[in-house]
Amino acid sequence: MFTGLMANTWIAASVVAVVAGMTGYFAVLRGQAFAAHAIPNGAFAGAAGASLLGVNVIAGLAVVAVASALGIGAMGSKARHDVATALTLVLMLGLGALFASLSAQYAQEAYSLLFGQVAGVSSGEVAPIAGLGLAAAVAIGVAFRPLMLTSALPEVAEARGVSTRRADLYFLLVMAVATSMTVPVVGALLMFSLMIGPAAAARCVTARPGFALALSVAIALAITWLSIALFYRTNWPLGFFVGTGAALFYLIGLGARRVGPGGVATIRSV
Amino acid sequence: MHYLIEPGFGSSGPVRVALLIGAVVAVTSGVIGVFTVIRGQSFAGHSLSDVATTGGAGAFLAGISQFWGFLVMGAVAALLMEGIGAQRRRGRDVATGVVLGGALGLAALFLYLGTLKTATSGASFTILFGSIFVVSPDTVPAVVAAGLIALAVTALLARPLLLTALSGDIARTRGVPVKAVGIAYLMALAVDVSLSAVAIGAVLSTALLIGPAATALRLVKTPVKAMVVAAATGLAATWIGVLLAYDSSYWPPRGHGWPVSFFVVTLVLAGYLATYARRPRRSARAFKSPHEEAAECSPA
Repeated sequence: MFTGLMANTWIAASVVAVVAGMTGYFAVLRGQAFAAHAIPNGAFAGAAGASLLGVNVIAGLAVVAVASALGIGAMGSKARHDVATALTLVLMLGLGALFASLSAQYAQEAYSLLFGQVAGVSSGEVAPIAGLGLAAAVAIGVAFRPLMLTSALPEVAEARGVSTRRADLYFLLVMAVATSMTVPVVGALLMFSLMIGPAAAARCVTARPGFALALSVAIALAITWLSIALFYRTNWPLGFFVGTGAALFYLIGLGARRVGPGGVATIRSV
Repeated sequence: MHYLIEPGFGSSGPVRVALLIGAVVAVTSGVIGVFTVIRGQSFAGHSLSDVATTGGAGAFLAGISQFWGFLVMGAVAALLMEGIGAQRRRGRDVATGVVLGGALGLAALFLYLGTLKTATSGASFTILFGSIFVVSPDTVPAVVAAGLIALAVTALLARPLLLTALSGDIARTRGVPVKAVGIAYLMALAVDVSLSAVAIGAVLSTALLIGPAATALRLVKTPVKAMVVAAATGLAATWIGVLLAYDSSYWPPRGHGWPVSFFVVTLVLAGYLATYARRPRRSARAFKSPHEEAAECSPA
């Protein structure tokens, strides 16, 4: 269970879980769940385009993910964020459909990009994943305070000269970097589930930022490890375990908030 | 004329079905989309069309009609999203995201179990991107009926929907059951969106729901006018897109048409961006409800 290709799977998935738990916490805090869905899904166009042009898939993913982030940021500054995100997403998917139809015989690869083929991580892929994961983690760590401030108290942030718009764009770009490393490994669906579920569950239980961030990472790791073990036993798709596991943890979090004292209510009343 | 429209456009059966179903979806989505955009529920609108994948795959596995799979899954998802979502936009987005993640996880399982029974590797691809040219004429009545039901529910709820979008508190003091109205609306949206996703693909479904409505809300002041403009914009984009896709089979690489969704999405987006060329008017901001501005500025 821990040998050969499976060892690569454990390492790659753990890196993905840590990065997803961190970026997801801010995605939930900043109300950018839709962008967290749109950037990995839209990056599909990059993979399709790369296969059409015959270039490296990760390069294609990175280009399109960054372009999506910039598109959402640019349109979102003038209009409603959700509208900008939806339009960027459908544009990318439309382009992806065009590339896929021009290069033909793409359906199978589309399935693996959406749902992931984590069992097939090669040794050569582990290093770039770990590198990009570290980059995303550092990028969040460096900007932790401004990100936190613009998420929780936008007016105070503006008054202190921290631009909310620039923080938004910065965060979208971090998500794009994280995405281009994870989508070829775990698929767009898995990345999205790992970003939203654990972070939302963590925020149900505690309002303290540091603790919530750590909890979010811990839950993401727990879901990932459990899912890989179950996947190994049953051979059912990994995406199923991760998707339903994330939803389950969120429901547990909601239940714990009902039962427990205060929780998020304290920060809500500020 | 010959250069614009390649021969055989008017007499082709699939093209006629595509124009008809495209018109139905464009008009219903345009009208319903105005409420979706005003209420800030683009994410839910998109998610419900993705959730249709789960319904379709589940119905296939259970051996029942896909039609019921879409309806049941869409209704359940809508109920969960609105049921666990907080009234705030951010809380709602998170609830939507969790439901979407869970549903797609189920879809992965159903598709996997389905491939054990028979080979359907292209199923997820078909539902995501669909093709308006391969709609079987049998599904036309179902899509029309679903569109009419969704329109009727939305028309009945129009006033409370607008009121709750502008201010949930005022709506509540006037005795509007805010949560029930939200659930009913999301269910109507689910019915419309999941069937249009099946017919023309999730990409086009989202594009036609959000794009024309957002364009219209930038151009005109009242919701009713916006619905008319949105329906007309969506219709124009769909029909021109179908025409271009038909023509494109004569473009290089020859004998291989470009996807309709690409053309329609591009047209919709071009229309939306063109509204920015106009001088900005105050009216565009009027639709940003005070309720939501408060939600955006307050700590989540």
